[in-house]
Amino acid sequence: MGTALDIKVKRANKVYHAGPIQIINSTIEMVKPGKFPSGRTEIPFEFPLHVKGNRVLYETYHGVFVNIQYTLRCDMRRSLLAKDLTKTCEFIVHSAPQKRKLTPSPVAFTVTPETLQNVKERALLPKFLIRGHLNSTNCVITQPLTGELVVESSEAAIKSIELQLVRVETCGCAEGYARDATEIQNIQIADGDVCRGLSVPIYMVFPRLFTCPTLETTNFKVEFEVNVVVLLHPEHLITENFPLKLCRV
Amino acid sequence: MAVFPWHSRNRNYKAEFASCRLEAVPLEFGDYHPLKPITVTESKTKKVSRKGSTSSTSSSSSSSVVDPLSSVLDGTDPLSMFAASADPASLVATTDNSRKKRDRDDNSIVGSDFEPWASKRGEILARYTTTEKLSINLFMGSEKGKAGTAISAMSEKVRTRLEELDDFEEGSQKELLNLTQQDYVNRIEELNQSLKDAWASDQKVKALKIVIQCSKLLSDTSVIQFYPSKFVLITDILDTFGKLVYERIFSMCMDNHSILPDHFSPENVNDTAKETCLNWFFKIASIRELIPRFYVEASILKCNKFLSKTGISECLPRLTCMVRGIGDPLVSVYARAYLCRVGMEVAPHLKESLNKNFFDFLLTFKQIHSDTVQNQLVLQGVELPSYLPLYSPAMDWIFQCISYHAPEALLTEMMERCKKLANNALLLNSVMSAFRAEFIATRSMDFIGMIKECDESGFPKHLLFRSLGLNLALANPPESDRLQILNEAWKVITKLKNPQDYVNCAEVWVEYTCKHFTKREVNTVLADVIKHMTPDRAFEDSYPQLQSIIKKVIAHFHDFSVLFSVEKFLPFLDMFQKESVRVEVCKCIMEVFIKHQQEPTKDPVILNALLHICKTMHDSVNALTLEDEKRMLAYLINGFIKMVSFGRDFEQQLSFYVEARSMFSNLEPVLVQLIHSVNRLAMETRKVMKGNHSRKTAAFVRACVAYCFITIPSLVGIFTRLNLYLHSGQVALANQCLSQADAFFKAAISLVPEVPKMINIDGKLRPSESFLLEFLCNFFSTLLIVPDHPEHGVLFLVRELLNVIQDYTWEDNSDEKIRIYTCVLHLLSAMSQETYLYHVDKVDSNDSLYGGDSKFLAENNKLCETVMAQILEHLKTLAKDEALKRQSSLGLSFFNSILAHGDLRSNRLNQLSVNLWHLAQRHGCADTRTMVKTLEYIKKRSKHPDMGHLTDLALRLPLQTRT
Repeated sequence: MGTALDIKVKRANKVYHAGPIQIINSTIEMVKPGKFPSGRTEIPFEFPLHVKGNRVLYETYHGVFVNIQYTLRCDMRRSLLAKDLTKTCEFIVHSAPQKRKLTPSPVAFTVTPETLQNVKERALLPKFLIRGHLNSTNCVITQPLTGELVVESSEAAIKSIELQLVRVETCGCAEGYARDATEIQNIQIADGDVCRGLSVPIYMVFPRLFTCPTLETTNFKVEFEVNVVVLLHPEHLITENFPLKLCRV
Repeated sequence: MAVFPWHSRNRNYKAEFASCRLEAVPLEFGDYHPLKPITVTESKTKKVSRKGSTSSTSSSSSSSVVDPLSSVLDGTDPLSMFAASADPASLVATTDNSRKKRDRDDNSIVGSDFEPWASKRGEILARYTTTEKLSINLFMGSEKGKAGTAISAMSEKVRTRLEELDDFEEGSQKELLNLTQQDYVNRIEELNQSLKDAWASDQKVKALKIVIQCSKLLSDTSVIQFYPSKFVLITDILDTFGKLVYERIFSMCMDNHSILPDHFSPENVNDTAKETCLNWFFKIASIRELIPRFYVEASILKCNKFLSKTGISECLPRLTCMVRGIGDPLVSVYARAYLCRVGMEVAPHLKESLNKNFFDFLLTFKQIHSDTVQNQLVLQGVELPSYLPLYSPAMDWIFQCISYHAPEALLTEMMERCKKLANNALLLNSVMSAFRAEFIATRSMDFIGMIKECDESGFPKHLLFRSLGLNLALANPPESDRLQILNEAWKVITKLKNPQDYVNCAEVWVEYTCKHFTKREVNTVLADVIKHMTPDRAFEDSYPQLQSIIKKVIAHFHDFSVLFSVEKFLPFLDMFQKESVRVEVCKCIMEVFIKHQQEPTKDPVILNALLHICKTMHDSVNALTLEDEKRMLAYLINGFIKMVSFGRDFEQQLSFYVEARSMFSNLEPVLVQLIHSVNRLAMETRKVMKGNHSRKTAAFVRACVAYCFITIPSLVGIFTRLNLYLHSGQVALANQCLSQADAFFKAAISLVPEVPKMINIDGKLRPSESFLLEFLCNFFSTLLIVPDHPEHGVLFLVRELLNVIQDYTWEDNSDEKIRIYTCVLHLLSAMSQETYLYHVDKVDSNDSLYGGDSKFLAENNKLCETVMAQILEHLKTLAKDEALKRQSSLGLSFFNSILAHGDLRSNRLNQLSVNLWHLAQRHGCADTRTMVKTLEYIKKRSKHPDMGHLTDLALRLPLQTRT
């Protein structure tokens, strides 16, 4: 009677309607055919993750259109009379830290009725002046996004100021490409009519399961943006958009 | 049955007394004495302990000391060691390492001089109340979609479950809209409980959800006057949550049953615990709304300790900045207060963040007067003077945290910054509430100036003066300013229109007035209070404050003659028109009187006033008054009575007691005290007259006796009456009032049949026999010296008492009656002596009256025979199985009585005692050791002169060996 144990590693990569692309698949035998002693048996194992051909080992990522998933399957083959046993589980891959040093890219912004695009009746807008800055749009994924915002003046009372983290997935294939933006986190940084001239901190922790380093491949892209959203009384919504570049160091 | 004749043994009391006396041996210095080493040691130890505080080496002399107490004090005592190590100067040999550790400890522990949040809680809840309807919008529909993303990290299953919960809550939302304050409090308490339940049943996500929803309530400022209380209630829940999370992670750090020390470092924390902790922070960081995110993160601030050493010191400033995003100034200041509270608890050494909160607050101070806030106030119909005080609890707390052990310079800077702002009354108030009283007191005049400049329409001025007054009650302003401060303050206080505002302020300032000024100023202040509180019976709503004023006044005027010469003091008392309050106040006054009155007094002012006060207390007693209350009142009145003395003017003293009796007739303990006092007065008179009463004093003493005689029957307690009759009879006897003494004793005798079998002692029914036995024995010893009345028969009192004892219905199966008879036998034996054991000075007892007359002795012996017959009769009835043990012990006791008091040369008596000896041993019930001891005693006695006949007796008393 022989039992063989297989460990299979495979990456399921689903690109639009293109179906999954396998970038990795390796199998090792953990135990030679034989019999386990009774009781609990623990079998240590390890193997390197070698990608197929010239493909890249991307970070684990669960998105709407793009999914990068690594699974580990263990098969135990058994004799004729017993069924084979199989167990599968997902494991997370974090890409190796990028060697290059992150260069901070601070960005300052000023928002007034004049700077706004997409306004129907500019004259109806109440006057306001909002200044601020992000400490860097190049972000380390494990570090929070930081910055400051000052409402220098505003005729209308402020309802709320929020940070909206948006993920943009772009998939390209023969027919063209599809782009889809999803809000993955919304953090309120000011509630109510904040004090004028006093800086309010911009601070947002990147959610672990919904973010990954910004990804650009031939087939697809995963990018991130942050919107600074100011809600004024009664119903004004002002948004300032900043593309971000996430990486792991 | 044969009658045994009694023969009393002749006693020579003097000789017996002399032979019993211990020989006094002079003790030479240096001789051994058991008490000596301890006194020697004590002086040694004192020296040692003094040494111990200056050097750490303990003196070697202490080790030779045997006294166990001293070994505690020789330096090994943990308490003294602690005390020594707490004093840095005494630690000579400490390593740098431990010193560093200690310094850190000192810094990170908030001392007991920091008033904890817990003590503020209740006050806030009591003060900030509302009658308006409240609402709890725990799961607001519009927020629901967005709230979902906030906790999108949770599994699908949990989400559906929570949504179900939402739906359920939404269905009952209408109910949650119209809540009274009490409903609201209950509802929050339920939430607190469901948080604990969720946690206990491992539903961590639900617990988090509850906490988030609760902290969301803090962004709601509708029914704004309730906001401070709401803050208290909800931060309670947050505290619970913070504690649960911390403890959970802490428990995960326990590897192999080893517990993490209190001052652990992050390296000691295992990865699982760290990961769990990190997870919490990630979850909280994704909470959408600012206010819940802030509060929940602040609540688990302490958990940063698991992750990194600098975690808390990085987190606090960030959270401080985060508060800037809160637009509503009231919500924002409470958020800061919570942060300071958590910060003070977790890392009190991080003062920077506290200060930052203060200065940030000053920057946003102008927000209070912004349009947004004003509009809201108009909408809710709240006036500015009632809105601004809502800030006080939070501001007071922040100010208190900062000013705790803060250098003078910082306080001065803070004060200056507050001064510069417009409309700063609110700030001023918090400065006065939170800063050290000394700091405020020395600048009192400055503060008065600032208060005067404040805007009338803003923060109520009476609150400012109240706060200032509170400081001045604790610390003293410069001597030269004192009167001016009072004048300036009172000028404003007296103008306050609203009696409530007025009395709240006056209450505080009375303390200052009493402390630094004379009765004249206090009188003026009291008069002013009366003037303000009398119209429209305003005092009815302010009893607690008025009571507090009285307490403060009496706390400072211990001399009651001064106190009552404050003209307005008694009129002030007249304002307490509700009886229960009036009695409370009276009690306070009496307590202080009893505590502080050193010398007895006859000052008519004090007496009149206190009699009035005591009468008020007494008259409050009715059928419903509790026993404890009566006891308390009686204790206070008695304390007063004991303090009244007219010196040598005994007659006036007696008339005072007469007046007191008529006033306090409803309190038995007071009547008892009065009887004792009058008896004491009679004895005082006797002492003054050295036993020889003049006609006048004799009449006075008889008046005293009469007082007692007519007072005792009005008492209820039977043993109280019996004992007082006896006691007063003794006093009458001592004062040569023979017929009065007889009357007392007769009264006592006629009262004995009324003694019930069971009496109530401390609410429990107990058999009375033992008390009766005790009383009768006491009575017998008095009867020995009471001379017979010439018109009555021989020993008429004893005979009457015997009759009463005979007729009394004794408990079945009890030997008390016989024990009493045995005692009577002792009495009669003592009475047949030529000279009695003791006498009352100037009273001829029966020994000198009869002079050993044979008729008297015969009467006496006849009585003895009767009594003996009764005893023997009783012994016979005990010859039943179940009573044999009693028979044996009673027999032996009778044997002992005969041995002690009888003349055993009489053959019959001798024979009787031998019979009793056998009886005691007959059924093997006797205690062999007692029998052996008794026999030894008899043999020893037989060696004495005139006791030779006991040798024969001893031979006739065999000892039974038990088989």
